[in-house]
Amino acid sequence: MDTMAAIRETFFQECEEQLGELEVGLLAMDEGDTNPETVNAVFRAVHSIKGGAGAFKLDRLVRFAHTFETTLDLIRSEKLAPSPAVLKTMLRSADVLADLVKAARTDEAVDEARMEALIEELKGLASDANEASGQDKGGAEAEPLDFQPLMLSIDDEPEVSEPEAAGYAIKFTPMPDLYRKGNETVRLMRELARMGDVSIACDVGSLPLLDALDPEGAYLTWRVELSTNEDIGAIHELFEFVVDDCELEITPIRAGATNEEPQSAQVPPIDDVRPAPSAPLAASPVESRREPAVDSRAHEDETHAVAAPPVAHEAEKAKSEHGKVEAAAPTIRVDLERVDRLINLVGELVINQAMLSQRVMEAGLARSSSVAAGLGALEQLTREIQEGVMAIRAQPVKPLFQRMSRIVRELTDATGKSVRLRTEGEATEVDRTVVERLADPLTHMIRNAVDHGVETPEVRAAAGKPPQGEVKLSAAHRSGRIVIEVSDDGAGIDRPRVRAIAIKKELIPADAQLSDGEIDNLLFLPGFSTATKVSNISGRGVGMDVVKRSIQALGGRISISSRPGFGSTFSMSLPLTLAVLDGMVVKVADQTLVVPLTAIVETLRPKKSDVHALGLDARVISDRGGFAPLIDVGQELGYRKTPADPVGGVVLVVETEVSTRCALVVDAIHDQRQVVIKSLEANYRQVPGIAAATILGDGRVALILDIDTFVARTNRGAPASEVLLAATG
Amino acid sequence: MSMTILTVDDSRTMRDMLKVALTEAGYRVVQAVDGMHGLEVLMQEAPRVIITDINMPKLDGFGFIERVRGNQKFLGVPILVLTTESSVEKKNLARRAGATGWIVKPFDSVKLVDVVRRVAA
Repeated sequence: MDTMAAIRETFFQECEEQLGELEVGLLAMDEGDTNPETVNAVFRAVHSIKGGAGAFKLDRLVRFAHTFETTLDLIRSEKLAPSPAVLKTMLRSADVLADLVKAARTDEAVDEARMEALIEELKGLASDANEASGQDKGGAEAEPLDFQPLMLSIDDEPEVSEPEAAGYAIKFTPMPDLYRKGNETVRLMRELARMGDVSIACDVGSLPLLDALDPEGAYLTWRVELSTNEDIGAIHELFEFVVDDCELEITPIRAGATNEEPQSAQVPPIDDVRPAPSAPLAASPVESRREPAVDSRAHEDETHAVAAPPVAHEAEKAKSEHGKVEAAAPTIRVDLERVDRLINLVGELVINQAMLSQRVMEAGLARSSSVAAGLGALEQLTREIQEGVMAIRAQPVKPLFQRMSRIVRELTDATGKSVRLRTEGEATEVDRTVVERLADPLTHMIRNAVDHGVETPEVRAAAGKPPQGEVKLSAAHRSGRIVIEVSDDGAGIDRPRVRAIAIKKELIPADAQLSDGEIDNLLFLPGFSTATKVSNISGRGVGMDVVKRSIQALGGRISISSRPGFGSTFSMSLPLTLAVLDGMVVKVADQTLVVPLTAIVETLRPKKSDVHALGLDARVISDRGGFAPLIDVGQELGYRKTPADPVGGVVLVVETEVSTRCALVVDAIHDQRQVVIKSLEANYRQVPGIAAATILGDGRVALILDIDTFVARTNRGAPASEVLLAATG
Repeated sequence: MSMTILTVDDSRTMRDMLKVALTEAGYRVVQAVDGMHGLEVLMQEAPRVIITDINMPKLDGFGFIERVRGNQKFLGVPILVLTTESSVEKKNLARRAGATGWIVKPFDSVKLVDVVRRVAA
């Protein structure tokens, strides 16, 4: 990545942070926070985005940010009151700003109409505020959107001027303020000398006698004759910083015209454009000694100012302290690839350590031996390193949660409901891949909570609830996993209605006896949707089954609990990383396999009476009153020709992503442990039914089953609904 | 010994851009993330030029310039403000606070270095 691309990336990262700040600030203001620092932070966020966007010529972003910022500035200067209506516009503007940032980053299209409408709205707010505060058209209109560094256009094409001018006569009388602001006559003269041939004269006529001399005063006038092809604009530009702190006359001299004699001593032209500050100009000896003492930095002792400017020895000091103060960056940025490589290597380390431990055990060394003790310490260290490395990839869920508050906002606008999103545990960290892949299911659940969960203000009022509903989004670490909960204080699941819909859609028989929990879980069945009319809010025509599938794909589980009249809670439990997996290590025909723990519903040791033949070669097992097809893993993977007898073996009841239940027959359960996932595809090739591989402590490769494709390839899975039908029928 | 320049900006993007442009031009760059931090850095460094943003948390650019100018030690150090506004008001405020000059964002590196050279002793 070249430097500019890297800075551009930094800019977008920073934009994300600024958008976060912006949202947090606006929400705080919406809650009644009147702290000026909050308003300032909000303003700064937009201002910063504008500044960076300008640097990368993201004109549309600049234009919107500018209008947004102008209105925020009116709030900051208390010309515009941050009323709920105004804040609503601000929050919507923040959303559009976020869209524009995203569009700039990914070259996506943006909703131009929405942006233009908001620009108009923002300008409307600004002009109302300006009218109210008695200003005519201030703000957005008055401030020119001028991002051309006009005063720096030395190298630019000269503007239309008088090309026949051969030079200029400049009369320059500095005032004391000029020096107080760090400007210097000598530097200006030097710059003039760069533009062409100069002759400089110093008029000391106003210089008082020593006893009347104010050391911080300015008494000299400089007359410069400059021969140059530059236009007058370039000269004005050179004096731009000092124009308010001096008297300045610039007169063009025509070619051939004679200039009037300078009033003071004429000095020879300066050839060297780099005079030292101690000898600024080749003026007469007297003047050259006086000028810096009087006209230069007034704070310095006269002789010192001439002999050694203070900055010189300060610079020396800086040299000795070089490196002490650098960028105060508390973070470093690292390529994701490097982190992943590190994670892989640590994975190898974990495997190697496990192998070593096993070898030592097999060698018959006592646990108390020094080798075993050392190995114990190594194991501890390895685990710490693994956790440390995983933590590098970990990210707080905060940005994800912030996105949800926007969704709630848009939904409340669309539904007319009043809903507040409360978030908890935003600092909870989880692997960035998990964060990224959580966005869609979480969005869907939040939409559901607002659309189906929370009631309209009227209904709420009638139920004796506050008119504003609340959706709570929380994250927490629980026993090595992250648990994310979405709960609402709405009406809860309408179980009679869910039941009725399920019957109508023939998902369950009309006379099915279901527990509350079973009814709630009907929501996860494919094709189930409680919306009586097609809503454009709760998603893309998909139901909670898609959410469940996405969560399961992440190795997670989802559950519902609901109390009628008090609301519902959806709880998701996810692994902290996708690099390791909680697996059940099983033996099948002398082979070792790993089954993801999240897919396993229960394990059984079936009795003979549980197993029933179905047709010629199929068998099913009674499972909680229903039947699940039996699949012999060994036979399916080609380890044996005939299926093993499940009686005497172990059966793992698994549930796939598409909610089919199957009973997998294995010979024995060996262990339950965390395994490091090694890609089979990268090292061998893709195998249907196999997700990946891992290396066991004895150095052998164990395949990790992909329950979903494994069941699909056997083609014997029964839809969960059928199991449920069997269970209840 | 290359000339040291202090840049004060809360935006990482801006700090990076300034650093790249100034370092390429042969300056040594020290950075601060806000006005307060800028004052701290000044305790340890003696930059020949200071470039500061205006809108910053903790201590903004105007406050920072006033505090720098209030210290005899830094009275003559040129201070350039970075501003996205070309409005006269902002420039005057900066001038009043004691700024030597200004750089309008966005800047290109040639022009940035040009302005720095113009004010640097």
